[in-house]
Amino acid sequence: MRRAASSRARSWTSRPPRVVGTVGRWLVLLLLTLSATALGQSAAVAATEQCAPTGESACINGTIRTAAGEPAVGVALTIEGEGQELAATTGPDGRWSASVTSAGTYSVTLDEGTLPAGETLRDPANNPREVTVELGASRPALFPLGAPAEQAPDAGDDDGAEGPGGGDQPDDAAGEPGEEPAGVGTSSSGGVTMTRFVQQLVSGLIFGLLLALASVGLSLIYGTTGLSNFAHGEQVTLGGILAYMGVQFWGLPLVVAGTLAVVLAAASGWFQDAAIWQPLRRRNVGLVQAMIVTIGLSMALQYVFQFFFGAGPLRVVTSTPTSVSFGPVLVTRQTVASVIIALVTLAAVSYFLLRTRTGRATRAVSDNAALAAASGISVNRIIRVVWTLGAGLAGLGGVLLGLYLGAARWNSGGALLLLMFAAVTLGGLGAAFGALAGSIVIGLVVELSSLWIPSDMRYGAALVILILVLLFRPQGILGRATRVG
Amino acid sequence: MPTDSAVRALADVPREPGAAKPDPIVVADDVVRRFGGMTAVDVQHVEIQRGAITALIGPNGAGKTTFFNLLTGFDKPSSGTWTFEGRSLHGLPAARVARKGMVRTFQLTKALSRMTVIENMRLGAGSQPGENLFTALVPPLWRAREREITEQAEELLVRFKLDHHRDSFAGSLSGGQRKLLEMARALMSKPTMVMLDEPMAGVNPALTQSLLGHIQALRDDGMTVLFVEHDMHMVRHISDWVIVMAEGRIVAEGPPETVMQDPAVVDAYLGAHHDTDLGDDALLSDDVAEQLEAEVQAEEEKR
Amino acid sequence: MDWTNLLVNVAGEIIAPTTAAYALAAIGLNIHFGLTGLLNMGQAGFLLLGAYGFAIATIAGWPLWAAVLAAILAAVVFALILGIPTLKLRGDYLAIVTIAAAEIVRIVGRSTTLTDLTGASSGLRGNSYKHTFQDASPFPDGTWELGPFEYAINASNSWWIRIVGWGVVALACLLIWLLMRSPWGRVLKGIREDEDAVRSLGKNVYAYKMQSLVLGGVIGAVAGIIYVLPRAVQPDAMGRSMTFFIWTILLLGGAATVFGPILGSMLFWAALMLIKLVMRGTVPETVMRSEQIEQFGWIIVGITLMLLVIFRPQGILGDKKELAINAH
Repeated sequence: MRRAASSRARSWTSRPPRVVGTVGRWLVLLLLTLSATALGQSAAVAATEQCAPTGESACINGTIRTAAGEPAVGVALTIEGEGQELAATTGPDGRWSASVTSAGTYSVTLDEGTLPAGETLRDPANNPREVTVELGASRPALFPLGAPAEQAPDAGDDDGAEGPGGGDQPDDAAGEPGEEPAGVGTSSSGGVTMTRFVQQLVSGLIFGLLLALASVGLSLIYGTTGLSNFAHGEQVTLGGILAYMGVQFWGLPLVVAGTLAVVLAAASGWFQDAAIWQPLRRRNVGLVQAMIVTIGLSMALQYVFQFFFGAGPLRVVTSTPTSVSFGPVLVTRQTVASVIIALVTLAAVSYFLLRTRTGRATRAVSDNAALAAASGISVNRIIRVVWTLGAGLAGLGGVLLGLYLGAARWNSGGALLLLMFAAVTLGGLGAAFGALAGSIVIGLVVELSSLWIPSDMRYGAALVILILVLLFRPQGILGRATRVG
Repeated sequence: MPTDSAVRALADVPREPGAAKPDPIVVADDVVRRFGGMTAVDVQHVEIQRGAITALIGPNGAGKTTFFNLLTGFDKPSSGTWTFEGRSLHGLPAARVARKGMVRTFQLTKALSRMTVIENMRLGAGSQPGENLFTALVPPLWRAREREITEQAEELLVRFKLDHHRDSFAGSLSGGQRKLLEMARALMSKPTMVMLDEPMAGVNPALTQSLLGHIQALRDDGMTVLFVEHDMHMVRHISDWVIVMAEGRIVAEGPPETVMQDPAVVDAYLGAHHDTDLGDDALLSDDVAEQLEAEVQAEEEKR
Repeated sequence: MDWTNLLVNVAGEIIAPTTAAYALAAIGLNIHFGLTGLLNMGQAGFLLLGAYGFAIATIAGWPLWAAVLAAILAAVVFALILGIPTLKLRGDYLAIVTIAAAEIVRIVGRSTTLTDLTGASSGLRGNSYKHTFQDASPFPDGTWELGPFEYAINASNSWWIRIVGWGVVALACLLIWLLMRSPWGRVLKGIREDEDAVRSLGKNVYAYKMQSLVLGGVIGAVAGIIYVLPRAVQPDAMGRSMTFFIWTILLLGGAATVFGPILGSMLFWAALMLIKLVMRGTVPETVMRSEQIEQFGWIIVGITLMLLVIFRPQGILGDKKELAINAH
């Protein structure tokens, strides 16, 4: 979900326009036309990504910590020089960075008003400060915080005043302006609305299809157990991170790493049901209780990921993918392969549900677990299968989305969770095929809405749809009305 | 046993579906409820006599509970109108229906288990100013009414023999006691009509007699009672009038003694049991009816 | 390791404004969940709206009381918009919708389109909206020391915000105490148990749920004001994780109790601080970097939430027989 920000920063600062219109580029153009502030802001977000210097670019960066040593979040900086003006904001870890495209001297200004409560610059005279950079290198610009000689009162703040603000790594994923899929582009960079429409349409279909992999699992789990699994997003993250580890740590070929990631993700589903959910069912823990357990699990897993892999993007593949064009739409080979894999997988899942004995038993459990149990189906076995299948599908979704969107990240699945819920609700809670249809709709809404509303609000558009569906058709698109009481 | 007045009032009513009653409290016309493609309820015309105990019977899936839900505002009809005491209830939400004096109970008892018996009872009462958010903050404004309510609740608890359980959690009561509590709670609002959805379901036989007595007492206090029931024994013993539903329609009406012999009823009820001879009057004795009912239910569950 | 300093820090956390803000937010959630059984998974949205309402109104030059009113109004409107479609639906739908709605607030708030109003993702600086609150303080400026605690009297993370914060918490407690003992609270409790039963008794369940949603949301909005007064309005710091912390706090202290949210908040923040300080003092930097210690703390929070819900769902102060959780 996230590589986007940094890639986009690069695409508009360093890459020549020959990188023919990625979606990101389009949206940058859109943002550019919006306002200068908008530009500054989007760059600010981009800058929280860790910048990596290339032959044509250089980085200016730093980490800002409070007097107490906590990272200072949300501090705004402006970088000016060599005909460029950039903005940066410190991320949750207090780090900031900016990517510049020409060597020279830049002046970095820290906006003191954005410092956390009670914090001041130790050396206010040294703001702005000058930094000289060379291409292909990183240069730090440091701004130590602390008590300057004459002002003391608030400097000795206890950590409490920062609360989670200092350490909280909130779920800032959804709606970030930088998240642009890198897999699709057009062959023309003109402003033809039709071309843009077609391109967004294709992006939406692809995104929806990949999202469906995750949503179908969520829906199956809801259908068979009644559980709204808030930790399903972490299964998606797990897939992406495992693929990242396979390729980047163990040096496996992408296909092997991806397969391994899916297998391990499925195994994690099996294990999760065996270790947590089945014991809870046996204890007769209620659904609301179990739902809150999934929330705790989601929180714990997100920070486990962050603990081991940090907050930055984890790029599964670093090489530039090759593209093929279909009419006006340019798609990378990788994306074509992903779409084929997703289609084949979803077809296989449909076959499983409709034609195999276990699949039919699964649907029977979804319809009425007690009745299914009475007719000799081992409900616990089916639920175990569903957890394994659901986690495996989510893992595959994580791998493919990681490739499509450029990178996996500690919260990439969590950011998609609400879109999955929207898809599942849209299709009627618990209906696997509904989830598939719902995902496509959500994918289209997310991508097409950015034609009319600012792209950083497009996840919001999907969530508005979710609420509207609940308002007018709570049983979902494909669901049936049932008798009350 | 049916009281004379109710029996007398209904004596001249024709034994046919949709028959007009001398003093109807509820009149329903063309009430239809569809779920997807299935029509669950399609009642052309029905009237419920005031001050009588009317039973609504029929095989499972006949639409009794759905019709009940529609009348009490717990479900919305696809079309149709009905009045209660001459005023239309169409489109009124359940709570407003209840405040108009038509109070119901549920097939699966809805005692509020984690509240005490007395709190359950107090909740049943109407016009407590303390139920308003702002008044609630000033206890003197609602203390007096609270005392009245508590008194009324305690009387009812004594009448329903629940006074020993006053401060226990409702969840600790037996199934039958919960039914009693639910009925007592419904009476807290002093309703004019009480709608009981399967009052006998899950009740220990030892309590059956007292429950029957309570229902008759309601009528003797001037209330109208409509109940859905599977227990033919109960239908025979306490109802003044029986309405039979099948496949969403009303197929027969009449006093309990005669309605059972109506061929439409036999068809409706026992359509699936043609291997049994139903012409025999003895067959409609309580025991047999009960047994058949059990069979129908068992089949229903298998499905 | 300096144990005195550690204890002072942990104790300081107990009276910190953040702790008060979270306690207040949990009290609001307690009205939703503990009293009415509503699964509000978007409490942070109310806090964020309250914070925005207050900060934006103050920056526009409104006086303190009007800015607070703006925050409250924002919460009321949000609750109404949220409640109308969802309060008639099943519980888990409400959970999904509230979490989505809170997310929408955050997405819109951090959108670059609204930079002039909300400051987009970098938010609003504390200094731009603190002054009316600080000016309202009756105390002289300077710092004041009470035992080991020394804070500024009025400026940002001050005694003044502590006094007001905990004062509001105390008022909210009184309110809950009164309401829980009133017939109004009884209706809510009935709804928590079985709303159809309450409907059959002639109560307008929808209206009661709406009142509960609005009241708890308004308390959340006020908590949002207290939360941002010693810092800045940062949309990304007030997202899903904030909601989950509030839930953990409520369930830790005990839902449907008067003092549960306060105890929960104090324990939560003090324990977190204790873990962090002890680990910072004992675990060498080579084993765990300081941000990893931070993350380790949140992992523990997640696991605590799981264990709590499974093994002690009534929390510390709750009564198992009157367990609020899982009523349906």
